[in-house]
Amino acid sequence: MDDLAFARAQMGLSLAFHIVFAVIGIGMPLLMVISEALWLRTRAPVYLELTQRWARGTAILFAVGAVSGTVLSFELGLLWPRFMEYAGGIIGLPFSLEGFAFFTEAIFLGIHLYGWARVPALAHWVAGLVVAVSGTASAVFVVCANAWMNAPTGFRLVDGRVTDVDPIAAMLNPAALPQVVHMVLAAYLATGFAVAGVHAWFLLRDRTSVFHRRAFGIALAVGAVAAPLQALSGDLLARMVAARQPVKFAAMEALYRTQAGAPLTLGGLPDDATMTVRWGLEIPGALSLLAAHDPTAVVRGLEEFPRDEWPDVLAVHLAFDLMVGLGFILLALAAWAGWLALRRRAVPDTRGFLRAMVAATPLGFVAIEAGWVVTEMGRQPWIIYGVMRTADAVTPMPGLAVPFAVFTAVYLLLTAILVVLLRRGFLETAPGRRPAPAHDA
Amino acid sequence: MTPDPVPLLALVILVALVLYALSGGADFGGGMWDLVATGPRARRQREAIEEAIAPIWEANHVWLILVVVVLFTAFPPAFAATMTALHVPLTLVLLGIVARGAAFAFRKYDVPDDRVHRRWSTIFGVASLLTPFFLGASLGALASGEIRLAGGVVTTGFLAGWPRPFALGCGLFAQALFAFLAAVYLTVDTQGEPDLQEDFRRRALGAGLGVAPVAVGVLLLARTGAPVVFAALTSRRAVPLLVATALAAAGALAALWRRRFRLARALAVVEVTGVLVGWGLAQYPYAIIPDLTFHAARGPAVTLRLLTWALALGALVLVPSFAYLLRVFKGARPPRGAAP
Repeated sequence: MDDLAFARAQMGLSLAFHIVFAVIGIGMPLLMVISEALWLRTRAPVYLELTQRWARGTAILFAVGAVSGTVLSFELGLLWPRFMEYAGGIIGLPFSLEGFAFFTEAIFLGIHLYGWARVPALAHWVAGLVVAVSGTASAVFVVCANAWMNAPTGFRLVDGRVTDVDPIAAMLNPAALPQVVHMVLAAYLATGFAVAGVHAWFLLRDRTSVFHRRAFGIALAVGAVAAPLQALSGDLLARMVAARQPVKFAAMEALYRTQAGAPLTLGGLPDDATMTVRWGLEIPGALSLLAAHDPTAVVRGLEEFPRDEWPDVLAVHLAFDLMVGLGFILLALAAWAGWLALRRRAVPDTRGFLRAMVAATPLGFVAIEAGWVVTEMGRQPWIIYGVMRTADAVTPMPGLAVPFAVFTAVYLLLTAILVVLLRRGFLETAPGRRPAPAHDA
Repeated sequence: MTPDPVPLLALVILVALVLYALSGGADFGGGMWDLVATGPRARRQREAIEEAIAPIWEANHVWLILVVVVLFTAFPPAFAATMTALHVPLTLVLLGIVARGAAFAFRKYDVPDDRVHRRWSTIFGVASLLTPFFLGASLGALASGEIRLAGGVVTTGFLAGWPRPFALGCGLFAQALFAFLAAVYLTVDTQGEPDLQEDFRRRALGAGLGVAPVAVGVLLLARTGAPVVFAALTSRRAVPLLVATALAAAGALAALWRRRFRLARALAVVEVTGVLVGWGLAQYPYAIIPDLTFHAARGPAVTLRLLTWALALGALVLVPSFAYLLRVFKGARPPRGAAP
């Protein structure tokens, strides 16, 4: 591997690590706000205990997300100085706004976590609400900046020089809305299903636990509402990509030849040399239907673009199919949950459903990782689509294998420690075994 | 005609750095005192440090992020050149930030066993000691005049400026200042526990006395190690600031000696602010001495204008929020049990 590959690997690793904690930082506050609102309304102690236990887990994950996010803000410059020099003035604004949103989130998270005995009940709930809103706002701003790399607007190039910069237009680029909606829903979807899965595991062991039943109900509701909306937003985003980044779209769908009534290829192994897909499942006309909502529409294949502008078709296609496949599994679970809930007028808790929910615990997060692989690898070889190549943005710093190795080791270690700590935290602080964190002791 | 946003935005960077030093810097210092917690009250010392830091930990951190985003939004070439030339020390800073942030969170979450606790404390402490050293060395390198650019491209490689006596002295200076600041804050935070307060008073006095020779040493090293900054700091117009900072430093020590802890805290804040403002004024108009000024590095005019507005609006939200945070956790404690 050369230095460019190591820089890309380090950036990818940092993003893949951070996104898990960023998503939890968006999703968990929403669950906590719902639970605390139920506590304020019903005064049932189970909701207070639930809010506090969720907060305890969130605190440690938020702390890791904060440091891994700091790492990213530096890595933009440490690894891609030419990109930042070029793009900073155009797309820095949403990053600055994100800074403020994160600041607000950090301040009110401090109040939420440590202020139980220090602020009035309603103020405490409002602090949680501010955390949830500002966490989501952070995601909106950061994804706007990423969307600009896919759909760079808000400036003109004259003789290779950037002029007529319009930071607002850059921030509100055509990819921004579909990407933002898709990411925010993904955060709620993944967190909802992951949390529901954990509590389903406890419910399978003790179906009388009111604590886990309430927790499962809240998390499942959030995940199940997000699932169908996510399918719609995925369609919106895919059509935007088809229109603005046809080469990425062709790679996602492993479509080598331009054709009318293009088939949708599920799975398979794309082979650039022969420009065919082996062992894929083809659904005639379906791709044209998806891309243009017309089964006879012409979809442009990879053959229309120079070879050196192709992304890694194999990785992008399989990651895309993985994401969509997982999304549909979660959608099916949401439908199952809705059907059970309607029929029984209660939180669905049949053994089979709970087992399926346990199995689905990590799926939302896997789908998010796969989705970012599609977005980022699908944009290659460009760092700014059609404007700047990734190879031209990288730092001249030699020996990038060293920081890559060090950060890989650090992130693996952190992951291992977190798994151990969280696992023990879940098991040891099961309700009843230990008093809830005292807010009025 | 609109006013020139360049000095204003450079000032924002300086103010954010000052606030980072005053808040996050004290957290670094807290980690150092955690590392060397000794005596019969070692455990209580660690707990007091943790109680003081925990609620404001995440918020304190964001000042550094603000410095980074304002720098790359308003002055992209300065950001690119800084991150290129200082790749090595800044990567070490990042590793330190990750290590201490994770260790701090894990320690709180892990089993409350003393041995386990100490292991996390060690990582937290060592990272808290080393991170400000490389941060200080990086700022020193920007001031040294040894990082050279031609046509916006760094020509002096990756070892210019920072592995030099002056920059390393700046690193040591940052460590000493943060250790002093943290100990002074902790004398106020431990009000009501006289033994503990006395521990931190002794530490604050020791660190405060240690700051003086380091400060003088750095100034002497600047003579050859950072001549532009040295000339500015020894010019006549710098005299009032130098005198005020030195008086604040002496006053803080005197206040500690007489156990006027709140006064000592205020004077320590003035001292640290004076040091950073002195450096900032000496460095301006340069982002990187001597080849890149903030003016030359400025981004598009419209971006600077929008950023100024965004910062103003952001401050409108942040200042009251931050004041509320400090009031909740650093003000007088309400009677326990007042909440639901």
